Amino acid sequence: MSLNTPTSPHIHDDTSVTKVMLRVLLALVPAIIAYSWYFGWGLLINIAIAATTALACEYTMLMLRQRPVAPFMTDGSIVVTAILLAFCIPPLAPWWIAFLGTGFAVVVGKHLYGGLGYNPFNPAMVGYVMLLISFPKEMTTWLPPNLVQDLNFGFLTSLNAVFTGNLPAGFSLDGITAATPLDLIKTQLNQDITITETKNSYALFGDFGGIGWEWIGNWVFLGGVWLIYKKVINWHIPVAVLGSLFVISLVFFLMDADYYGSPMFHLFSGAAILGAFFIATDPVSAATTPRGRIIYGIGIGLLTYIIRVWGGYPDGIGFAVLLMNLAAPTIDYYTQPRVYGHKRK
Amino acid sequence: MMRRLFNFQGGVKLREHKRESTQSPVIPANIPKTLILPLQQHIGSPAVATVNVGDKVLKGQVVAQAKGNVSVPVHAPTSGKVAAIGKHNIPHPSGLQSTCIIIETDGMDIERRQKSRFVNHKDLSPEQLRELIRQSGIVGLGGAGFPSHLKLSAERNRVKTLILNGAECEPYITCDEMLMREQAIEVIEGLNIMRHALQAPRCIIAIENNKPEALKEIKLAVKHNNLDFVEVVQVPTVYPAGGEKQLIQTVTGKQVPAQGLPIDIGVVCHNVGTAYAISRAVEHGEPLVSRYVTVAGSVAKARVLEVLIGTPVSDLIEECGGNRKTLSRVIMGGPMMGFALHNDDVPVIKTTNCILVNSSIADVPLPSRSKHALPCIRCGACSDACPVGLLPQQLYWHTRAKEFDKVQDYHLFDCIECGCCDYVCPSHIPLVQYYRYAKNTIWQQDREKKLSDISRQRHEFHKQRLEREKRERAERHKKKRQAVTADAAQDDKKAAIQAAMERARKKRETTNTMPKNTEQLTEQQQKHITEIDQRREKAPGPRTES
Repeated sequence: MSLNTPTSPHIHDDTSVTKVMLRVLLALVPAIIAYSWYFGWGLLINIAIAATTALACEYTMLMLRQRPVAPFMTDGSIVVTAILLAFCIPPLAPWWIAFLGTGFAVVVGKHLYGGLGYNPFNPAMVGYVMLLISFPKEMTTWLPPNLVQDLNFGFLTSLNAVFTGNLPAGFSLDGITAATPLDLIKTQLNQDITITETKNSYALFGDFGGIGWEWIGNWVFLGGVWLIYKKVINWHIPVAVLGSLFVISLVFFLMDADYYGSPMFHLFSGAAILGAFFIATDPVSAATTPRGRIIYGIGIGLLTYIIRVWGGYPDGIGFAVLLMNLAAPTIDYYTQPRVYGHKRK
Repeated sequence: MMRRLFNFQGGVKLREHKRESTQSPVIPANIPKTLILPLQQHIGSPAVATVNVGDKVLKGQVVAQAKGNVSVPVHAPTSGKVAAIGKHNIPHPSGLQSTCIIIETDGMDIERRQKSRFVNHKDLSPEQLRELIRQSGIVGLGGAGFPSHLKLSAERNRVKTLILNGAECEPYITCDEMLMREQAIEVIEGLNIMRHALQAPRCIIAIENNKPEALKEIKLAVKHNNLDFVEVVQVPTVYPAGGEKQLIQTVTGKQVPAQGLPIDIGVVCHNVGTAYAISRAVEHGEPLVSRYVTVAGSVAKARVLEVLIGTPVSDLIEECGGNRKTLSRVIMGGPMMGFALHNDDVPVIKTTNCILVNSSIADVPLPSRSKHALPCIRCGACSDACPVGLLPQQLYWHTRAKEFDKVQDYHLFDCIECGCCDYVCPSHIPLVQYYRYAKNTIWQQDREKKLSDISRQRHEFHKQRLEREKRERAERHKKKRQAVTADAAQDDKKAAIQAAMERARKKRETTNTMPKNTEQLTEQQQKHITEIDQRREKAPGPRTES
């Protein structure tokens, strides 16, 4: 008689890494739709380039590292990385931006740093920061959200722009592109133009943050809340990131509203909400204890604000996440929860 | 009165699968042809057989006597003949064998002659009750098998609350539920006896809220007996609500201190099955020879049976319409903490609450962990599910790295191996197995360290003794030397040395000659020797030098 003798437990929940990642992707769908509504086809084209590059690089790296291909190709984590990176790339950036960024994220940020589960940094942010440092011009050339509706760039026009850099007759890249609201405020402040003046003279600003950006933020927020409801992520990190960003920007805003943006502006501009729900929560590189996650999130919120306001780059989420990734193991060690029957230390 | 309940952290909601085996009333299982009685069915020292091969035994007769205080006797579950005493497969996660008494049953089920029994337990002192419970072979029937008399000690009136555990939180297991539904009066009687032994002021019976019928019966029985010190409490159905520590927290809000016992916070916790067994023993004079067992899974008729201790699992599977030929996995206990049997010829023992059958052809009722684990993505689902508040992801990380000191920093030994972390892991990592491995390795290292400590100590003693002896010898010699006069000793020595040198010189002179057998050789022999000498000189290597 030969009975199977696996060890307990003998039952397992109907869950898998693939399911977790699919839920993250599903949560991003509303944001992708909203983004495309304001900024045109560019994001979808970037997602396609990034995802294809990511899968190709993943396959190559798995073969080189002699790891089983099928389970890792289907776990979905690499597609999440690709899409998050595509979100950070300007809509009509040349194709090689998405290609290089994703390639770097997967090859270096993920596999050379240890592969799934072992990479100390968020791979998407490794790719993003590499692009931002290496190609600042391409990475800060965004489209103004209201112009996209008026220009009515079709899919083929966008595709052509991304792959050849050619725009339809009568358009020039310099003529249609614009800086992001965060970037604009930064450059204007450097010329001693106050936020109020900037807001009045540029048609980029909506109720809270930038036009378009704030609505994308809302949809990202919705997806993030759904992830918390589905227990894919915990509330600690998003709440800590957004809460600390809100508090510190409120303090400075109350001190000088002309020089410091309002808390709502900071929350609804740039990648704050996306970062809080989808990037900082990347479990592999984040802190993992409940108290640790809060400290980790607060660190990201504060660093983001510091880099935005006093640093050389318009948005600081990418850098803030990478810096806190480094601190995560130490945070975890010092924030162990109290174990049943033990006294609180 | 509604008691305020406290939640324990973590836990998981599981599909219960309890309906299947609770549809028909409990009936006694058939008496098998042979019964296999392991001498150790409890925590502590194994019992010692008191019968010989060929002896006739009667139902309820002691066949093995307790050895030491942490031990209980074993009784014959039915009448028959001792067929063998020797090694047999026992229910064990590693498929071990152990000494068993094997009884060939005669089917007559003749009981031993009853001694006159005390009718009312109140007439007995707590000490007498404990001894009676011990002599009846009663151990914790919830699964651990700790001798019950040891948990019924009323020392220094420390027990404030006696909790009767009827939570039964694991899927499929229903024997406690059916017991409470069908034997509520006896269970309450057992509770009364335990309370008397413990001198506990109040009692709580905790039942998960997925067993309304059991709750109703128990409440009726409490009311019927007019027991105002007993409180029946419904606890939420969350696995592992029936874990002793979790249940104590749920009903009292207090936590058992780490490395402590429930008694440290004035609580003693017993299983409802144990209460029933104690009632049968004290009120009816029946030792523990049978128990309720759920048979579920890939069988035609899942149900709870009253099974004689020692009944082979294979007999139960067949009795419930399972096919032994297509078995793929048989679990003793529940799917979360039970273990898979290596063989179905092992017996039901005192701690067996459930036989979960899995067949290779019927629908697999158990959704299993994938065989191929992915790396841990540190999602933290495990730490959210851990009822103890551990960080399973960190334990796993350090176990993989074999950093066993770090693993203990993260409180490995507080892990109760409930399997919640394992159950929710999206990467399908066999986490509990990693923790068992870490625990065993650390135990092994501790044992080796102890042994090496002992041998190092021995070595130190040995060295000390040698030094001491040397010192003593030197001292003795010194004293001796002092006793003899210095000059005489000197002259003697010189003369002795002179004589020895003379002897040596003479010896050198006499031995410095040719060997005697080389004289007067023939020419031929001389030639032969020369040849050999030449050959020796030519040949290389150390041989020529010899």
